[in-house]
Amino acid sequence: MPSSAVQVAGVTLLRQKKAVLDNISFTVPAGSFVAVLGGNGAGKTTLFRTLLGLEKPSAGQIWIEGQPVQKGRMPIGYMPQVRAMVAAQISGWSTVAAAQQGWKWGLPFYGKQARADIDAALAAVDAQALAQRPVGSLSGGERQRLMLAQALLDNPHILLLDEPLVSLDPARMRETAERIHTLARDRNMTVLMSTHDINPLMGLMDHVLYMAHGKAVLGRVEDVMTTQTLSALYGAPVEVIKAGNRLFVVAEGGGASLQSCMCMGHGA
Amino acid sequence: MLEYEFMRTAFLAAFLAALVCGPVGWFLVLRGQSFASHALSHVGFAGAAAALLLGQPALLGLGLGAVGGGVAIGLAGDRLVGRDVTIGLVLSVAMGFGALCLHFLTHSASSATALLFGDILGIGSSMLGWLGALSVTCLMALAFVARPLLFASLQPEQAEARGVNMRLLDILFLMIVAVATAQCAQITGVLLVFTLMIAPAAASLRMGFSPLLGMGVATLLALLEAWLGLVLAWYTNCPTAFWIAALGGSVFIAASLFCRVRGS
Repeated sequence: MPSSAVQVAGVTLLRQKKAVLDNISFTVPAGSFVAVLGGNGAGKTTLFRTLLGLEKPSAGQIWIEGQPVQKGRMPIGYMPQVRAMVAAQISGWSTVAAAQQGWKWGLPFYGKQARADIDAALAAVDAQALAQRPVGSLSGGERQRLMLAQALLDNPHILLLDEPLVSLDPARMRETAERIHTLARDRNMTVLMSTHDINPLMGLMDHVLYMAHGKAVLGRVEDVMTTQTLSALYGAPVEVIKAGNRLFVVAEGGGASLQSCMCMGHGA
Repeated sequence: MLEYEFMRTAFLAAFLAALVCGPVGWFLVLRGQSFASHALSHVGFAGAAAALLLGQPALLGLGLGAVGGGVAIGLAGDRLVGRDVTIGLVLSVAMGFGALCLHFLTHSASSATALLFGDILGIGSSMLGWLGALSVTCLMALAFVARPLLFASLQPEQAEARGVNMRLLDILFLMIVAVATAQCAQITGVLLVFTLMIAPAAASLRMGFSPLLGMGVATLLALLEAWLGLVLAWYTNCPTAFWIAALGGSVFIAASLFCRVRGS
């Protein structure tokens, strides 16, 4: 396996002449666990879509495991942000099964091996009990487990998880983060997980990728989550306050967006 | 009843339509595109009326009109702001154009009623052949796209990330819907395409079957509703389309009550 899982070099992505990603560069080592932080509109989802080849950069290059990005042909498991499931009466098993080589033409028949893979993915996220229940009867957290099971199908080397902790209570956040961390470690996967709240990831993540105004900086928590680094990233005075083992990002004089402050105010 | 050839033909035609309406309707309801099928039938109506005016077979105009509408809606994709508004506008403009064609269609007044409300008892053997060919085409096409269509319907973001061409899939599916609509309209008329395509599928989905089983149940319900509708129409002298619509609504209500009692 290549030493770098994701390599981004000078990527800019323009949308209506506005830079959603603005000349960002970083390298994610293989097997690392990265928390992708930033407020709403910072570009986290756009970055994930660009890594998947769904958005074409205006400039720059991206390599996944040393290969240029090719839409749909990469060893990446993707978990998009949770939204309302369209088919409330479809069972959890059928929902996960739909992702089992779902891009292939033909009928959705599942052979013995495919059924075993689906069951294994459900077991990996401790969701066997959800298999026979209609997805409409599941809580947000339970649906997220099903989506994580979908992302695990076909044994990806890299997981892109877009806000998997959203709408969970603090205890569930930590539990989910630990589950993902264990899965990643056991399967030697690289994980990029976007989140508004860094607190549940403390002690689990290897790096932080902090995004603001289309810019990004990657590094260890103690290197990135500093007043100096974040002020430079926001282009405005920002103060990082440590209270116990929690971090708060506070705007000085309203320089940083209130939303960013609020989202980080939950803590780290 | 079955000693008459037109009744035997009608039962066969209903069978062919139900074969297609079940699975196509199941995907339509799953994807929340029921309204699109209604619009396509209306666009098809305009095409059929124009075809009759030009002395061509109504089915040809119906099929071409509906397929054209399906491709247009698929191509427009999500670029259109308020897709439902656009579909509604297309629907009403198509109906207006169809009414204009029928206004000038003085030599075949009964055609208007047949187009709008169906004329299953008037289906001849040559039409039956066409319906058979359309059924086979539709089912083969649907079998080809079923797997990615299911993935894209249940988890569009993941499907796109895994390389599913969402735009192509949307267009292909709407073309299949268009052909199915043209076929179904022969039985129920363009105004009541919903009854055979949507009602059985909605009832099946409501009962929470797995995808393949759900499509099978939808097909079975569509077949039962169509055949029972024919029988009831025979004995009551009421329109077949009315009975199919009434049965479709009743089955859906029964399915909903069943699920409520079962607690799902």
